[in-house]
Amino acid sequence: MKKLLSGNEAIALGAFHAGVMVGTAYPGTPSTEILETLATFEGPYVEWSTNEKVALEVGMGAAYGGTRALVSMKHVGLNVAADPFFTLSYTGVGGGLVLVSADDPGNHSSQNEQDNRHYARSAKIPMLEPSDSQEAYELTQLAFSISEQFDTPVLLRSTTRVSHSRSVVEFEERDVVRNSLPFIRNPQKRVMIPAHATPRHIAVEKRMQELERYSEEFHYNQMSINDTNLGIVSSGVAFQYAMEVFPHASYLKLGMSYPFPEKLLRSLHSRVEKIAVIEELDPFLEDILRKFGINPIGKRFFPGTAGELNPDIVADGARQAGLLSAPPLPHITRPPDFPLPGRPPGLCAGCPHTGAFYVLRDLGFYHSIDRPGITARDKVLAGAKKSGLIISGDIGCYTLSVLPPLIAMDTQTCMGASIGVAIGLVRSGIANKVVAVIGDSTFYHSGITGLIDAVYNQTAVTIIVLDNNSTAMTGYQGHPGTGISAKGQITKVVDMEKLVRGVGVEDVQVVDAFEIGTIKLAIRQCIERNEPSVIIVRGLCPSRSKRRGDQLAVDINKCDGCGACLRLGCPAALRRDEKAWIDTSQCLGTICALCQQVCPKEAIALQISEEVKV
Amino acid sequence: MKKIDLLLSGIGGQGVILASNILAEVAMDFKYDVKKSDVLGMAQRGGAVVSHVRLADRVRSPLVQKGNVDVLLSFERLEAGRWVEHLSREGYAIINNQSVFPLSVSSGYEAYPLQEEMEQLFKTATKRVYFVDALSMAQDMGNRNVVNIIMLGFLSFLLPIDADTWESGIAARVPPIFRELNLDAFRRGRSEAEKMVGETNG
Repeated sequence: MKKLLSGNEAIALGAFHAGVMVGTAYPGTPSTEILETLATFEGPYVEWSTNEKVALEVGMGAAYGGTRALVSMKHVGLNVAADPFFTLSYTGVGGGLVLVSADDPGNHSSQNEQDNRHYARSAKIPMLEPSDSQEAYELTQLAFSISEQFDTPVLLRSTTRVSHSRSVVEFEERDVVRNSLPFIRNPQKRVMIPAHATPRHIAVEKRMQELERYSEEFHYNQMSINDTNLGIVSSGVAFQYAMEVFPHASYLKLGMSYPFPEKLLRSLHSRVEKIAVIEELDPFLEDILRKFGINPIGKRFFPGTAGELNPDIVADGARQAGLLSAPPLPHITRPPDFPLPGRPPGLCAGCPHTGAFYVLRDLGFYHSIDRPGITARDKVLAGAKKSGLIISGDIGCYTLSVLPPLIAMDTQTCMGASIGVAIGLVRSGIANKVVAVIGDSTFYHSGITGLIDAVYNQTAVTIIVLDNNSTAMTGYQGHPGTGISAKGQITKVVDMEKLVRGVGVEDVQVVDAFEIGTIKLAIRQCIERNEPSVIIVRGLCPSRSKRRGDQLAVDINKCDGCGACLRLGCPAALRRDEKAWIDTSQCLGTICALCQQVCPKEAIALQISEEVKV
Repeated sequence: MKKIDLLLSGIGGQGVILASNILAEVAMDFKYDVKKSDVLGMAQRGGAVVSHVRLADRVRSPLVQKGNVDVLLSFERLEAGRWVEHLSREGYAIINNQSVFPLSVSSGYEAYPLQEEMEQLFKTATKRVYFVDALSMAQDMGNRNVVNIIMLGFLSFLLPIDADTWESGIAARVPPIFRELNLDAFRRGRSEAEKMVGETNG
């Protein structure tokens, strides 16, 4: 059977055909579709875990219990799961355990570009790297066999261009055999007190030696000798780019890039004039070659330590290194000599995050900037808070509020960091009031521990949880607060308000995301308190709920073109002929009505007849 | 079979990815090896979208190379302009003659390129540039959502894949209640290409 599958779909299908019984993940681009696809198959238990650490721990338990488990996450997710990952290497598995790390060279949708191949080496875990969907399907199945044969977790490392490209996969539909091994009591192997861990470390080192031998024989570590002027060492999608530019070179193509097959490399080295390494991100393979005393043509000519590779970059590097004499493709058109406006991402029309950030910007910056037309009342308030707010942000759609016109975020690093960073900012002794802003899914993921810290140490920090009832940025997956499981079934809701009160926050308010005045009042109250406070700003994600209200329109006789509504950054609130104009194809109308609330001229009202419509 | 590299560009919500998925699967039905890679911005709607599609006996890279693109099929004028450098000298540029202003333009900070600028840009790149009024054709049919299938219909006229393979491919990949609508859109796009491309080639 032949199907056009994405790398992620192929990984899920491979895992299903390998008889996987448990699949766990936390959503994260570019890994999300692996679990979503696995959830469509009959049989395996799947879950959106609270975070990546929990996902791996559930997978570990399943493997200890004798079944095969697939755990998937984006590259930075493995940082969260790194604690169990390193020691899982010592305990070994039982049933096979495959951890998929989907890296994001090029930072298409991530906060950094880390190269997770280093995790395989530092945790002493074998790593497979597919270069297209067919290999993703095949290597996933083999990863389970390797895991069980060597009693080790296996890292399957994908990248955006493998996970999100589609290519032809040939496979046989077949009955899935699910072997379930018994749980075998073995505390010496699974309870990592120092007395047990030390001998296990020795076992791990021995296992790595066995895996090195396996890597030499592994069918997907292929050496092919063609033109002997050049031998290329490569893995992952970089191999496909290399093949595009050097179709006739000799190759060592690595399906298992760790442990590295030294003998194959030496064999290639003895048969070709020059060796080149073509790889994305860090010089991971290049460093291994240097360790073996081979100096390849590498990052000096084929960059991509920052950013992703593509065939053009590989071809340019090849020309500079003198490996390619062919000139660039002829007749390349010049770029346009007039500017092309970009389409930067932004919050959607009717986004429940917009109102809170509008208020934060208003409180944080408005008062500190003297401008014409400032009212006496506002001046009094400005006196109270002239140093402005500092806004500690987190990871989600709402991070886009850092862009103009909202510009309402000062820090953002990783999942859940907003609260801890806010606590530290308060404790640094600065005069500013500090507000942490975190989304609902991120709060359950890793915000709760920061919140408990604030309560325990009684730090006067205001925490705003933007609750849109969804993990929206990755495509509306469920999380503990939604009451919807990974299979789309109804499940128990972890009540956020009760949780926050339960850990000891006295001052908890729940406000409507589309009521600017209420949000403003709540924030003003909270930032003056001497203890932690939480404001849950609640409103549904419009892209998911698809709800629309009655249509709003601008009365151009009342509008004076002041631009207050434009400062929301709403893609439906626009300027036309020096006045405001509402794009009715995008506007959600009365269910949002933020623009109506911020308009000082009351120029925005229900669209009552065609005459009002511009 | 001769290799064919395509770029499909447009805006989130225009059905670019659906169109490129149909194209890729129809090509696979026609015994091509296929690879495709989509780039979507972070925004759910309204962001720039581009899809690389490569057809050959054996495809390696899922990304096309500059100067090597045989067909640029663009669903929006500005989004066509971004990819002009990728066209080969003999390449076709098929552009839905529709403009959708980005926020920076509609809020008055930046200017949208003029129609003449865009036409000039493409004319210096290739002789084979076609501005198609797919949006008004779709509106004539009473459904703005079929722009992508009209564009696929236009594209189909240029590719060696026969119309039957296309039609059965489309029929299998759209919801049954929209099947006739989509097949109609496909045929309109194809006959538009017959008129426009046929004229210049003739």
